[in-house]
Amino acid sequence: MVSLATIAARGSGELWPHLLRHVLPSALIETAAFLSGVGLLVLLIGGATAWLVTQYHFACRRLLSWALLLPLAMPAYIAAYAYMDVLHPIGPVQSVLRAVLGITDPRGLALPDIRSLGGCILVTSFVLYPYVYLSARAAFAVQAADALWAARGLGASGFCLFRRVGLPMARPALAVGVSLALMEALNDVGASEFLGVRTLTVSVYVTWLTRGSLEGAAQISLLLVGLVVLLLSLERWGRTHYGFVGDIRPSDPIDLTGGQSVMAALACFLPVAFGFLLPVSHLAVTAWERTVAFGMPRDLPIWIANSAWFAIWAALVTVGGGLIVAFAARVSGGGFLSRLGVAGYALPGGVVAVGSIIGTGAMDEAANTVWLAIGGTAIAWTLTGSALALVMAYAVRFLAIPVSGFDAAYARLDPDYDNAARGLGCQPGRLLRRIHLPMLRWPLTVVALLVFMDAMKELPATLLLRPVNVETLATAVYGEAIRGTYEDGAMAALALVVVAMLPAAFMALMEGRWRRTLKRGTAMRTAISGPPAGALR
Amino acid sequence: MKWSILASALAIGLTALCNPAGAAEVTLYTTREPGLIRPLLDAWTASTGTKVNTVFLQGGLAERVQSEGARSPADLMIVVDAATLLDLARRDLTQPIRSEALDSAIPAKFRDPSGHWFGLSLRARVIFVSKDRVPATENPTYEDLANERWKGRVCIRGGQHPYNTALFSAMLAKHGEAKLEAWLTGLKSNLARRPAGGDRDVAKDILAGQCDVGVANIYYFGLMMSGAGGPEQKKWVEAVRVVFPAFSDKIGTHTNISGAAVAKHAPNRDGAVRMLEFLVTPDAQRMLAEGNFEAPVRLGVPAHPIIAALGPLRPDSVTPAQIADGRQAASLAVDRVHFDQ
Repeated sequence: MVSLATIAARGSGELWPHLLRHVLPSALIETAAFLSGVGLLVLLIGGATAWLVTQYHFACRRLLSWALLLPLAMPAYIAAYAYMDVLHPIGPVQSVLRAVLGITDPRGLALPDIRSLGGCILVTSFVLYPYVYLSARAAFAVQAADALWAARGLGASGFCLFRRVGLPMARPALAVGVSLALMEALNDVGASEFLGVRTLTVSVYVTWLTRGSLEGAAQISLLLVGLVVLLLSLERWGRTHYGFVGDIRPSDPIDLTGGQSVMAALACFLPVAFGFLLPVSHLAVTAWERTVAFGMPRDLPIWIANSAWFAIWAALVTVGGGLIVAFAARVSGGGFLSRLGVAGYALPGGVVAVGSIIGTGAMDEAANTVWLAIGGTAIAWTLTGSALALVMAYAVRFLAIPVSGFDAAYARLDPDYDNAARGLGCQPGRLLRRIHLPMLRWPLTVVALLVFMDAMKELPATLLLRPVNVETLATAVYGEAIRGTYEDGAMAALALVVVAMLPAAFMALMEGRWRRTLKRGTAMRTAISGPPAGALR
Repeated sequence: MKWSILASALAIGLTALCNPAGAAEVTLYTTREPGLIRPLLDAWTASTGTKVNTVFLQGGLAERVQSEGARSPADLMIVVDAATLLDLARRDLTQPIRSEALDSAIPAKFRDPSGHWFGLSLRARVIFVSKDRVPATENPTYEDLANERWKGRVCIRGGQHPYNTALFSAMLAKHGEAKLEAWLTGLKSNLARRPAGGDRDVAKDILAGQCDVGVANIYYFGLMMSGAGGPEQKKWVEAVRVVFPAFSDKIGTHTNISGAAVAKHAPNRDGAVRMLEFLVTPDAQRMLAEGNFEAPVRLGVPAHPIIAALGPLRPDSVTPAQIADGRQAASLAVDRVHFDQ
């Protein structure tokens, strides 16, 4: 962030009159429309599916409740390529439609083009709703229990119950989910550029690379961060009067039967189908065709290992950093810095990367100068272009995930625990280790897995910062996509999705274990430290 | 106790992740896709025994080399697009190379007189027209694409893509700013759809009847026609005829380059020069042409048969330096006519 500000300050701003007149107004409008569309859709999909799986029993509920997480593993740009192929006028969907309708000329059937704002909103929402689903489910599953029973007793049911009781009580959790999804959407440049949507983020890249002004790009990025901080602060201010500390007993789902059960299952199945199954099957078919024709990519195992290795480090370092930030905010009561940290998530990845490369370059130079001054020989290695620099950039990019996750978990954690411990002479370090960490075990697992998935998918920073001779799944896919031969990257893309999917499966497994523990009626402590209670709320 | 062990393990692990600079090897920073240049690099390693370290980058290659400074491991940089290549030299990230082998292999127009950069291959930006809906006698120029008669029939990728800004920059060099803007306005009003997707989508959309004419780089034609992308792609491209357009002065087709430059602080300068010389040998040039259907920069080396069958390429007279000079102005003109919206 500091080096970004430095770059921004270097610029004279001579490009601004041009940007203000010709670029930013339309980019702002397009971004606002894009974000509102995505925000609304992810809230709708994520919120509704979370409500269904927590409040009702229906066919395949257990399977669906974890399958709904799968789109997390699907990078938006890969989904965009897949949809473009599938929905193109000469793609399978329209071809079949024409055959059914008896139309021979592709021009005889005019359907809306996926290369549009609407198309981009749909594709993006279907891969990003799990952020909302995950946090909403955690909230619905536990906190509402008593209030819900009371409301039911007073005659509320179905949609009314959802709107009047479930929704307001889950608002902090929904806000976290939606803001993560929106920041992720804002960060995306692959899908939006490919589908012809010019968001602010696309403007940032064009300003840097084509309009030839890195300074201007940094300035727009900071504007972007400012906007995000403002939005987050507004949201937080808007629910200051919502104080809610409740009983954390899980709610008892109601049994649905017959048509209702099928409808609920279908409602939960569709997002999985659109956000995961459809693009993955397209990838699988393409990958299969390529493998039959040309064999497996020789380096695939190395790419997988590299991706996983970096993602593990990213998860460790980011979660560690996030815990420190959230803990500091809890102990000192300040929140602004943590929101600034969260906003890093919305910074375009490529800009974070350039900022970090300029920062590490300056650090290398300084270290070398100092070392020479005290009589050493020139330092042979540099931080720039090292794996360490890449892991640091991941930490900047993804800090939002652990910080908001821990923030929400802390909000549930009664301050009396802290007060009691401090009163008994417990130092902050010990408080964190002995009291907080055991209670934050589940949120910690969830955010670590989320960071892992995000780091697997991350492209711009990985591309610019990774060491020489290192290729990851994401960069290998991109190497083909940039040539326009993305079918050649299908196998790597499929491997990326599969590896990134593992954490989702793991989460499902852990969750099953937690539910069983809960059924045995263990006490309060397990409820707090066990799954959904604090997960990303 | 447990925590301090974990912390020291983390510290040791992170130190192990630091970047050691290599010595007797050649380190290549490239914006060319790994799949494309891998065979060439393997051939070079096989013949010289010198190991090649590569890192494939996109935007930010210059920033990375710049911030690595004097200790940058980069020896040779290979990039696509004249403006990107010349940008390296203009940021003082390259060093002058004098080499008889390079000067004799590469036409003077496609290399820097003082040896800061060298072209490796030629990338013509051509026009695809529909075989069905555009008469075989019709060969539009670039300027024609803004003509009223193509209203609602033109497809093109995003206006800020380097392939397009280079073309627009050449238009600027030919006609000046006012005419470029008028032309862009005309072109925009002729578009069948929003500028989006990639160059291959032009052929796909022509087959689908979404448009009748579009702008694309020629090697995509070769790539699709060769069947390397699967049988459907062959169908897309069989729907189009390739026109080698010229500007209205009829000199030739807008041709961008891919090229290379030796890094200013190259730890292995000699290795970099030897590799560069290898890249313009007839064998390497043939491999480059075979691999991505681009035209070899070296005269006398034939293009891939699929491309050669389309007829000879006559490059336009606008130089890489002119393209680089006009890129920013062209990009701002794209904004002013709201081309991408």
